[in-house]
Amino acid sequence: MTRTLEPDMIKRMVYMVLSTRPDEIGCGECLEQLDRFIEMKLAGKNAAEAMPLVQDHLDRCRDCREEFEALLKAVRSLA
Amino acid sequence: MVERTNRGWQADLRGPGRDDALDDLRSLLVRGLRYALAKYPSVTEADIEDFVQDALLKILDGLDSFRGESRFTTWAQKIAVHEAFTELRRKRWENVSLQDLVTQYEGDFTPTVLTDSAPSPEQEVTQQVLTDVVKRLINEELTEHQRQAMIAIVIAGMPVEEVAHRMGTNRNALYKRLHDARQRLKKRLVAEGISSQDVLAAFGKP
Repeated sequence: MTRTLEPDMIKRMVYMVLSTRPDEIGCGECLEQLDRFIEMKLAGKNAAEAMPLVQDHLDRCRDCREEFEALLKAVRSLA
Repeated sequence: MVERTNRGWQADLRGPGRDDALDDLRSLLVRGLRYALAKYPSVTEADIEDFVQDALLKILDGLDSFRGESRFTTWAQKIAVHEAFTELRRKRWENVSLQDLVTQYEGDFTPTVLTDSAPSPEQEVTQQVLTDVVKRLINEELTEHQRQAMIAIVIAGMPVEEVAHRMGTNRNALYKRLHDARQRLKKRLVAEGISSQDVLAAFGKP
């Protein structure tokens, strides 16, 4: 069965392409720094400002964002 | 449970106190994963135990790579969360073929009309023009692999990791390859005179 590309999908794709920046980091680099990013956030510091490339990757990558949100909950539960 | 510093954890996990340290770490990681995965009702206590067991092996293997930039327990929990999600994604997508998934979207690129907010006739025209441009650029600029990966990830919602696995690569390498592809597509979109404002006018807010 062939599905149609809904406007929402085209919109998502075009926005994603247009927001591409040359200095993006990959999932490996994001994961590498995620523990530090989370601790900064939990300490009430502006992690997004201190580590903008990690924040940028989390905004773009659903897989990494999912792990970030889960890790945040896990670490909060241990605090 | 014994309170340990980062060095304490590393020393105990390498030395004679290893069994106690492993038990303590296991309890911490299980507790953390229960919270982390609470919104996934299909995850059982046995699954969590398995995820933690796999994570503990990775943690012991990677002790030398811990650089002390965060608390040891945060670093270890990160590995446990990553293990858990890798396994959950694998299970969720194990019976889905990349080829079948992509084929569903390859033939007809005609957009359907939005049901919740019907576009004006002008918007419909712009949507059609943009859709045609996007389709053309995807076909012209991307390799077969990049096109398949982009459709699977962005449109069909398959995790990067699962697409990478089926393509014989890893998540980081595939992300980098798609980043190159997006940069090329962006250059072409800009050259075609398409801006975020055009997309906003045609489709509304992202």
